[in-house]
Amino acid sequence: MTALIEISGLSKSFTLHNQGSAVIPVMAGAALAVAPGECVGLTGQSGAGKSTLMRMVYGNYLAASGSLRVAGLDVATASPRQIIRLRRETLGYVSQFLRVVPRVPTVDVVADPLLQLGVTAEVARARAETLLARLNIPQRLWSLSPTTFSGGEQQRVNIARGFAHPYPVLLLDEPTASLDAVNREVVLSLIEEAKARGAAILGIFHDEGARGRVCDRLVDVTGFTPKVAA
Amino acid sequence: MGSVDMGIWTKRNEQPLFQVEGLTKYYGNRIGCVDVSFDLFPGEVLGIVGESGSGKSTLLSCLAGHLRPDLGSVIYDGRDVLAMAETERRKLSRTEWAYVHQNPRDGLRMGVSAGGNVGERLMAIGARHYGTIRDTATDWLGRVEIAADRIDDRPSAFSGGMQQRLQIARNLVTGPRLVFMDEPTGGLDVSVQARLLDLLRGLVRDLGLSVIIVTHDLAVVRLLADRLMVMKDGRVVEQGLTDQVLDDPQHAYSQLLVSSVLQV
Repeated sequence: MTALIEISGLSKSFTLHNQGSAVIPVMAGAALAVAPGECVGLTGQSGAGKSTLMRMVYGNYLAASGSLRVAGLDVATASPRQIIRLRRETLGYVSQFLRVVPRVPTVDVVADPLLQLGVTAEVARARAETLLARLNIPQRLWSLSPTTFSGGEQQRVNIARGFAHPYPVLLLDEPTASLDAVNREVVLSLIEEAKARGAAILGIFHDEGARGRVCDRLVDVTGFTPKVAA
Repeated sequence: MGSVDMGIWTKRNEQPLFQVEGLTKYYGNRIGCVDVSFDLFPGEVLGIVGESGSGKSTLLSCLAGHLRPDLGSVIYDGRDVLAMAETERRKLSRTEWAYVHQNPRDGLRMGVSAGGNVGERLMAIGARHYGTIRDTATDWLGRVEIAADRIDDRPSAFSGGMQQRLQIARNLVTGPRLVFMDEPTGGLDVSVQARLLDLLRGLVRDLGLSVIIVTHDLAVVRLLADRLMVMKDGRVVEQGLTDQVLDDPQHAYSQLLVSSVLQV
């Protein structure tokens, strides 16, 4: 089967123009592939470049060189318009932070990715409510903005939002961090169900139990760290 | 799943709604904006950021036809805007285009009722039946969350946030395809801004509007714009996907702009 994520020869550096134009190489020769139905976990110490790689796959960070294909689209060279469409239809991302318009009800935050796809409001809302219930967000909170929620609640809202549309490709950044055992179990089942329907998943899991359960393979990003000249 | 067809990313090649090429405007020998080019597609929101004097307002005025550029071309839906007769361009700005001013007073008629402000745009494009006009106006006031019993009040009796929502209703009632916005959330309390942002996002999504929004507020563009253009001294120094420009800015000025935002 063709991989849904295919990365090869990928490198990245940051140029800090306002700090003496310092060039900081952060990644070189990164390569990996994720097939449909597979979950690959990124490992490596803090600062090794796990999140950087995820952000590059999502198109937040520009690649310096190499190729980065997601469902056939080379994100490294794609136009903003193509990336917007990729994100709307194909590539989901559950980050560690919930970023939303303040004062928008939680249920609408979760339904939003479906509305963007043209799904009717009733269907989108029903799907959002199902996920919120499954993730044990009390119903009395659904009509409130998640900006005032606790960290764990915000994370579950973020997960509900990320799983509302069955994206063929998913990026998960610490999806089980700060969750209790019950909700951790719900999230792990959501991941297993996504794999079963053929989603390709690339994730960061510090939770070793979670990693062992959902990851088919691990890739240590330390191998992609540029060799710094002494 | 199986094999992934590369072709899906190049198909569906709808045409840009708005094409700008080499747009340049000088004030005497002072630069307004220089050599600005971009394409805007249906349903897309383009944010233009930069500090005061960066040329973003000059650019917006040139795009909307309020100022005549010295050089460049502006094509709307295949039509050359700069070659149009004034009457034709005015008709365009009453029908398919809309312009939301920073100060609602510049976009509203303060001596006319809220309903009249909305109805007037409809009458300008030929609506004549009073009942229909009033019904449509009431519907639009509802969509921008202004209570129906305020329809006969003048905007001078409204709060700043309500005035801005009324200006949006007045602009959108004719079903425009392209909306220009100049700092639409500027001068509003943050809580009012949030409500307006949510309203704008919903309208853009539901009506498939194309929007060009000028602002100095990076949080506003992050939540609203698909693509971002950063201007400095009249030139576009960087453009790209909004969160890419904000998270991984390439140009020295964009880096300064992003790193200067206070964290809350």
